[in-house]
Amino acid sequence: MSDRESSLRRAATALRHDPLAVAGSIVLALLVFVGIFGPWLAPYGTNEIDIGNMLQHPTATHLFGTDELGRDVFSRVIVAARVSLEVAVVSVGLALVVGVGIGLVAGYYRGWVDNALMRCMDVLFAFPVLLLAVAIVAVLGPGLLTAMVAIAVVYAPIFARVTRASVLSVREQVFVTAAVSIGTSDLRIMRRHVLPNITAPLIVQTSLSLAFAILSEAALSFLGLGVQPPAPSWGRMLYDGRGFVTDAWWLGVFPGAAIFLTVLAFNLVGDALRDVLDPRQLTVSEARRSSR
Amino acid sequence: MGRFIGRRLVQSAVVLLGVTLVVFLLLQLVPGDPVRIALGTRYDQGTYDALRARSGLDRPLVVQYLSYVGHALTGDLGVSFRSGQPVSTIVLERLPATLSLALTAIVLAILVAFPLGVISGVRNGSAVDHAARVFSQIGVSVPDFWMGIMGILLFSGVLGWLPPSGYESLLESPSGWATHVVLPAATVGLVTASILTRFIRSSVLEVLSEDYVRTADAKGLKRRIVVLRHVLRNALIPVVTVIAVQLASLLGGVIVVEVLFAWPGIGRLTYDSVQARDYPVLQGAVFLVAALFLLVNLLVDILYARLDPRISVR
Repeated sequence: MSDRESSLRRAATALRHDPLAVAGSIVLALLVFVGIFGPWLAPYGTNEIDIGNMLQHPTATHLFGTDELGRDVFSRVIVAARVSLEVAVVSVGLALVVGVGIGLVAGYYRGWVDNALMRCMDVLFAFPVLLLAVAIVAVLGPGLLTAMVAIAVVYAPIFARVTRASVLSVREQVFVTAAVSIGTSDLRIMRRHVLPNITAPLIVQTSLSLAFAILSEAALSFLGLGVQPPAPSWGRMLYDGRGFVTDAWWLGVFPGAAIFLTVLAFNLVGDALRDVLDPRQLTVSEARRSSR
Repeated sequence: MGRFIGRRLVQSAVVLLGVTLVVFLLLQLVPGDPVRIALGTRYDQGTYDALRARSGLDRPLVVQYLSYVGHALTGDLGVSFRSGQPVSTIVLERLPATLSLALTAIVLAILVAFPLGVISGVRNGSAVDHAARVFSQIGVSVPDFWMGIMGILLFSGVLGWLPPSGYESLLESPSGWATHVVLPAATVGLVTASILTRFIRSSVLEVLSEDYVRTADAKGLKRRIVVLRHVLRNALIPVVTVIAVQLASLLGGVIVVEVLFAWPGIGRLTYDSVQARDYPVLQGAVFLVAALFLLVNLLVDILYARLDPRISVR
């Protein structure tokens, strides 16, 4: 069994045996389902304005009440799940590809290549996460795509550091030395021998980063820099509803609860994976997750 | 130790130089002409030319960068596109508000996290430990702005105890400042406390498994003395770093919380400059925050090396 398969198998076992991880996985599965089928599950259109019904309390007709334009909050919360998941998956995917690439090259070649690449990562680490994301979105213009790029840029250095640290130890293993001695190309060694052996910390980092990406997207949208109206997004719904929150509590409670449950679910799964796959990993991201 | 400090100073200087490059490039990334974007549609050619020349945007890129670095390192961060005021003045004016919020929040976080983390670590598996773990898990998962909104809803809307937003200067009106700082500081502080609790707990657990603690137990020392004399002294060394990193982040301005509570700090300034497309102010705020962040990290590394001499020889 390859190391990658073994990591995935251990991950699956970890998720099955930890009740909190099971709960987190169920919430995530539900979220993915809602993300895919949201538009069909929503009882009303997300932009169906009904001024005669604005700021209605939660009732059987409008489970989460209505907003200042009479739109159904429940429908908007459901449909917004897709946006949050999309941003999280795409931005973390980008960060993973770029960060792993940089970390792999830095850790494998060491020397000046390592120094140059990691100093660049240090520069990005010098900025609080959200501040850098805000600055990037501010100059590129607000929107879904720029939010994804900004989140990817701020999280790529974390993947680079985690990858580099793992590569440095794998690089010293006998099988890598053997591959070098028989003339295997660097690219092939990295792809066939190094990468499969560093999957455990990457799986952990990916699951935790998805949680931070959801939070970052919500924060950017809350500042009006993420998803643009009329498309629904949890952060944007909180931003739009903040002026009415003392009169209409449901505008503040439900979109925020959706963000909280999603992030909590990712964190529970991520923590369970870390306990099994990478118990010694001191997540850089954990210290950075508060860098708002 | 001297060599360690020297090495860290050089590393920080290199990173600071990189920071100036990133901050400088921010303006270059603006699609189109940043001055034209900032001025909007109603302006005359004279104003445009003057602002462009004053911002140095009419010069070659390399000259612009070198000039930016030279000026930035002497505290000159350019002038605001909007008000024409020096950026450094605008940014420094906002520092006291952010400073007072950050320090209040971190004190609150330490007051909550320290006892919770230590008890949770020492009484691993107890009810307090479970409560601490739930608290920290919730804290790291909850969006700070949502917690702020819930705070406004409860303490301003329902109970009417605290103002929902606003700011008063600590020096001019201490009581006014205190009533306004409670909600934003509690919002930021509790999230920070949850992170600190995790670190303190795991640090205490790690030290508890050390041989010297087992030896102290075996000697028959009282548990309290073992914890106070051996465990805490060693467990809290890494925690110092985490506290400092958190403080550095908070000094950087908690953008969303400052916006939510209309707190006129660096975070709010950043947000306002984004809205107004005042790119020099945005650059200035980002540069100052990153420089502060680097400085705090440098000081912490030096402090850490003093507390644990093994660090400086690694």
